[in-house]
Amino acid sequence: MHIFANPARFLSIARPLTPWLGWIGALLTAVGLGAGLFITPPDYLQGESVRILYLHVPTAWLGMAGWSGIAVASLMQLIWRHPLAAVAARAVAVPGALYTAICLATGSIWGRPTWGTWWEWDGRLTSMLILLFLYIAFIAFAAASDEQGKENRAVAIFGVVGSAILPVIHYSVEWWRTLHQGQSISLTKSSIDGSILWPLPFSLLGLTLIFAAVVLMRMRTMLARQKVEARMRRMARA
Amino acid sequence: MKAKHQRLTLAILAVAAIIGAALLAMSALRDQAAYFYTPGDVKKDGIPAGRAIRLGGMVEQGSIARAADGVTVTFRATDGATAVPVRFKGILPDLFKEGSGMVAEGRFEPGGTFIADNILAKHDERYMPPQMAGEMHKTESLKK
Repeated sequence: MHIFANPARFLSIARPLTPWLGWIGALLTAVGLGAGLFITPPDYLQGESVRILYLHVPTAWLGMAGWSGIAVASLMQLIWRHPLAAVAARAVAVPGALYTAICLATGSIWGRPTWGTWWEWDGRLTSMLILLFLYIAFIAFAAASDEQGKENRAVAIFGVVGSAILPVIHYSVEWWRTLHQGQSISLTKSSIDGSILWPLPFSLLGLTLIFAAVVLMRMRTMLARQKVEARMRRMARA
Repeated sequence: MKAKHQRLTLAILAVAAIIGAALLAMSALRDQAAYFYTPGDVKKDGIPAGRAIRLGGMVEQGSIARAADGVTVTFRATDGATAVPVRFKGILPDLFKEGSGMVAEGRFEPGGTFIADNILAKHDERYMPPQMAGEMHKTESLKK
């Protein structure tokens, strides 16, 4: 990671990598969602509404993975003072919030025909909504502290402390009685039949690559803006 | 100890403390944050009649009966050991079936029948195509 302590070296890799990630991600997502819409069989109980899982499940995982990324970047900022860590955390926050919002919206649309309700205050739904609020708070807090123009460690501490919601989301369906069903997929087994499951890895990998492309784009934008500001300051002084 | 190592130790301690706090809070909330009562809880805790609660359970096999008016449904909700009678007037969700999970919002009347204002179907974690689904639809997470 210390190779990237030099932003110029980071940019020389990030610039050509961004379109590759973006286009391969878009292709894989199209394959996964297309197969999920047209090829896989319907579920025996939910019928056609099962197809929303190819978008709902990856966005849920990536929404949580996004905050794990913020927490790791914040730790790197606090411990090693890595110059790109704060930029990375800020870059992850917006797509993370977007994915979490997509997860909540698709879950709500699925819940109406399946459960018979758009929204219930059960453990899983409420903890996921709190994650969305944490993202929004992080974006606002980072923007406000960056406006003052100095490196602010409070934002990084918020990024680390906020990760406490992640185990709550994960274990909510196991520890509490919830309306949301338990975990279908673990590392070793899945209670989703293979004929329904197979497009999920495509849309998961595709949406991951799109997420990564957006993060790199946002990091490059922020680094360019920092450079412009530094130059303006120098010109103003001269 | 270098400053960097000091910060690393502090950060590891802080993260461990945060995760510990989250897990402690969750286990403390375990009963309060449950989304519904099971029939067993109702029998054990003695929920007073008229208090608004949610009741969750499996719809007992062969217990669904429709009243003559066509919209009133009675059935028995069970957690495997205890069963309570439920009465509901309204439109049921499509997934409401005998042997599958449901959550009812409402209150007990003094006679011990649960009067539901609203019924939600609970889906389980298993997904399969129609031709594979021969067995009964069971919801594991209702058993806790």
